[in-house]
Amino acid sequence: MDPAFFFIQFLSGLASASNLFLIACGLTIIFGVTRIVNFAHGSFYMLGAYLAYTLTAQLMPILGDVVGFWLAIPLAAAAVGLLAVLMELLLLRRIYHSHELFQLLATFGVVLIVQDLVQTVWGPEELFGPRAPGFTSFVVIFGFRFPEYQLVLIAAGPLVLGAIWLLFNRTRWGNLVRAATQDREMVGALGVNQARLFTGVLFLGGFLAGLAGALQLPVEPANPFMDVNIIAEAFVVTVIGGMGNVLGAFLAALIIAQLQAFGILVFPQITLVLPFLVMALVLVVRPWGLLGKPETTTSHGFAGDRPLRPLGRTQQLLIAGTVAILLLLPLVLGEYGQKLALEVFVYALLAFSLNFIMGAGGMVSFGHAAYFGLGGYGAALLVHHLGFGMEIALLAAPLFAGLGALLFGWFVVRLSGVYFAMLTLAFAQIVWSTAFQWVELTGGDNGMIGIWPSDWASDRTVYYYLSLLVCGAAIAFLWRASHAPFGYTLRAGRDSTLRADAIGIDLKRHQWLAFALAGTCAGVAGSVFVFSKGNIDPGSLAIPTSVDALVMVLLGGIQTLTGPLVGGAVFHLLEAQILPLTDYWRALLGAAILVLVIAFPMGIAGFLRDKLLPDDDRGDDQREAAARGAAEKGRAEAPT
Amino acid sequence: MLRRHLLIAGAALLAAGTAIAPSVTPAQAQESVKVGELFSYARMAAFADPYRKGWQLAVEEINASGGVLGGKTLEIVSRDDGGTTADAVRVADELVTNEGVEFLFGTFFSNVGLAVGDYAKQRRVLFIAAEPLTDALTMAQGNRYTFRMRPNTYMQTKMLVEAGRESGAKTWAIVAPNYEYGQSAAANFKALLAEMDPEAEVVVEQYPALGKIDAGATTQAILGANPDGIFNATFAGDQAKLVREGQLRGLFEGRTVLSLLTGEPEYLAPMGAETPEGWIVTGYPWEQIDTPEHLAFVEAYQAKYDDFPRLASLLGYSIPYVIKEMLDKAGSTDTEAMVDALKGLEVETPTGPVTMRAIDHQATMGAWVGRLTVEDGQGKMVDWYYADGADFAHTPEAVKAVRPAE
Repeated sequence: MDPAFFFIQFLSGLASASNLFLIACGLTIIFGVTRIVNFAHGSFYMLGAYLAYTLTAQLMPILGDVVGFWLAIPLAAAAVGLLAVLMELLLLRRIYHSHELFQLLATFGVVLIVQDLVQTVWGPEELFGPRAPGFTSFVVIFGFRFPEYQLVLIAAGPLVLGAIWLLFNRTRWGNLVRAATQDREMVGALGVNQARLFTGVLFLGGFLAGLAGALQLPVEPANPFMDVNIIAEAFVVTVIGGMGNVLGAFLAALIIAQLQAFGILVFPQITLVLPFLVMALVLVVRPWGLLGKPETTTSHGFAGDRPLRPLGRTQQLLIAGTVAILLLLPLVLGEYGQKLALEVFVYALLAFSLNFIMGAGGMVSFGHAAYFGLGGYGAALLVHHLGFGMEIALLAAPLFAGLGALLFGWFVVRLSGVYFAMLTLAFAQIVWSTAFQWVELTGGDNGMIGIWPSDWASDRTVYYYLSLLVCGAAIAFLWRASHAPFGYTLRAGRDSTLRADAIGIDLKRHQWLAFALAGTCAGVAGSVFVFSKGNIDPGSLAIPTSVDALVMVLLGGIQTLTGPLVGGAVFHLLEAQILPLTDYWRALLGAAILVLVIAFPMGIAGFLRDKLLPDDDRGDDQREAAARGAAEKGRAEAPT
Repeated sequence: MLRRHLLIAGAALLAAGTAIAPSVTPAQAQESVKVGELFSYARMAAFADPYRKGWQLAVEEINASGGVLGGKTLEIVSRDDGGTTADAVRVADELVTNEGVEFLFGTFFSNVGLAVGDYAKQRRVLFIAAEPLTDALTMAQGNRYTFRMRPNTYMQTKMLVEAGRESGAKTWAIVAPNYEYGQSAAANFKALLAEMDPEAEVVVEQYPALGKIDAGATTQAILGANPDGIFNATFAGDQAKLVREGQLRGLFEGRTVLSLLTGEPEYLAPMGAETPEGWIVTGYPWEQIDTPEHLAFVEAYQAKYDDFPRLASLLGYSIPYVIKEMLDKAGSTDTEAMVDALKGLEVETPTGPVTMRAIDHQATMGAWVGRLTVEDGQGKMVDWYYADGADFAHTPEAVKAVRPAE
């Protein structure tokens, strides 16, 4: 084909690369310094576009088109920067002392609130901004027309990169930011006011996201889907480049955008999966991204964690009481109540299985939905294509999930920290896009329907008990595994990889098996789920499901075994109650998350444990003595 | 410390508030027919809001003029379906088992519509799907208890293909969002094009991810194949990006463009002066339709809401009238009686008479097909005509071939 055509395609790729870079560089700077996985970054981007829309509409008539427009863009960006500062001051600053993933949870709450806020202020229909004055036409390059504004965008990326380089290398503040990216504790120890540094970094990150959104206005109308549409790609670019590395983000944006521009010429359908495919490949080859360095901080925020002990008498009674209540529940609950309750079992198991790798293993997965969905799809495929009944499907489906987890787990356990999380996400997205695109097998995004329980279990109450039995058994199994030497080994590896290695533990293998185990149990949850709904679609594998699972674990309390169960129940009931009430259920849910995050910095179960189980207030020695005594007593009573 | 207690108290209040709130029982429960409605109100507000205004207006009118079943009021219990199948099936179940509604209507997304339809089949509850476009809902995965109001993807694509017949374009490009609606629109287009003109061929296909079109690269990819015509199924933000990028790069000059949904006020109004002239589209030229029944609808709608109707308003407005006719014909709220009444039911709507086809449970509501132009800085459909859905729905043979027997 015409070489000029390829050159134009290359230029189009450059323009998209600039956009990707602008949004990703703010994200990577924020992460580098504060270690916050900022889900709200997409919301900043969207707010940038909306604020630019309003400001251009206000300023252009007063100041003239050119001045008005080009003044509105940086003003919108600065306003978004201030909003980011506000988020830092009012929200994040209150929870820096909790587990570091708690900030992720908080920013997720912000995402939900901003979505409804934007629709309330600007309305739901998309808003066309003006074209950029001075760049409304096109130039002819090698016989092809090329929009002038795309040239502006192409220039914007390198310009911002240069400005950031100057800021970071020529100013004292920039030096501090770079230092904090390398070693935050040391910078703190040297007497730098971290709080102020964080506020400044949040402003810069928010400003850049806002700028990216504002610059997008002449290309794309402001619309309420901008946040979710960009956030995953922004993370992908950040991770491929190496978290915290601005130049890396630039390279990654270039690679993704060019692959996209040329990829669609050959495989038009590749649009769904391409960024994640690239991320998976890069992370498998380079575990810290293109230009990233191994993470220096090994802390997972488990400093205050207590050793797992066999259950005390009170706890045993509590559990027995809970089980008894669950067994009697159908007597008082109506049909809908039972449905809700059995969904709680499913989500409790999903969260519990996630916490098995997160809490005990220190491996944070952003893609746990993959195994939930694989279980669901496994069951649905067995029923739909092979004509098996529910019984076989329930037994066999978790194996799909387990095999998937075994396969992907082999790759992911080689990584750690946020790279681990992002590789799990990449694999989940690959599974998702397979289910989405393989229409003949999976029904595509319409999914599969008619997956109902066998006749004997189709009665709501029977299925309630079946779910309770299956989910309960899986939870009991994981509970047991946590207390077994296997679980202790995992925790040892989590707390000190070095020491675990030194005493001869093959940590990778333990982590790999734990990942597969957690995946299998998520698959159990998925297969029970399918028969309660009668259908499955790719939504069960998608990012929101993974995020929900994460939210449940964090809400409940990552440092307790019961936490995810409580979190699963609270989150699902909250959502089910709020959803039907109002159009603003997302904002309400987001607000509820923020309230819970601030009120229970250890998670709900962590809070209850601290308040209700006073025996934990005893000193370490006493506690250990008690534990030792109990253990010895147990051993003495065991038949020999 | 005090602050923390306040927060906890707040959380408790919130939880308590949400636990008791949804029970809205009317005083005259005996006198009303309770109907469940669910839709993606939060996620698809641009469409959902006018849709709700539409059905609320119709319900008000019906209740003011004697109600249904000889004097009972029509009472709608409305819920957000969350936009996912997982949430929607639970919400549907809540409406049926908790609220005790007689039947269901609503939903936006195709997968959600299919899931609720399947739930309806399993529970033997009647469900009238409002917006889902997927052919599967009334074809391969249709069932006795599920009906649909909107013209499906096949019908709308067929309207466009016939409208484009005169263009004589031989080589075509397809650009469609990469999900079921786009894929099935593209598949329908290819099949119908081959039927209409065996010599015509599709020379380039682009499937951008929904909401993530890389407009520059996509435009260029189409230009590279230099087709005579373009079939577009993107909408909203994606379409807007494509239009801006495509206009500057000369994508639409001298080419026939057939575009699904673009003439609907939901998507047309935001484009304003940038509306691409000459596109042949399906849509709803609400300001130009002057049949008495439509004028009455527009007048009532504008009087109540001080806003112009969207296509969703029209759709939402039509459904309660279908319900009223169905109930009066069935004479009761027995599900089987209602299903039998719906089959072949004829209803007067602002669109004209609409029949609920007995053969596949698809309503014959049509769409308007016309050409886009710009007038006074606003997009507008001209040379339009109403394409009656009855003429474009699947043939009885096609239905028999794929729709499961009851």
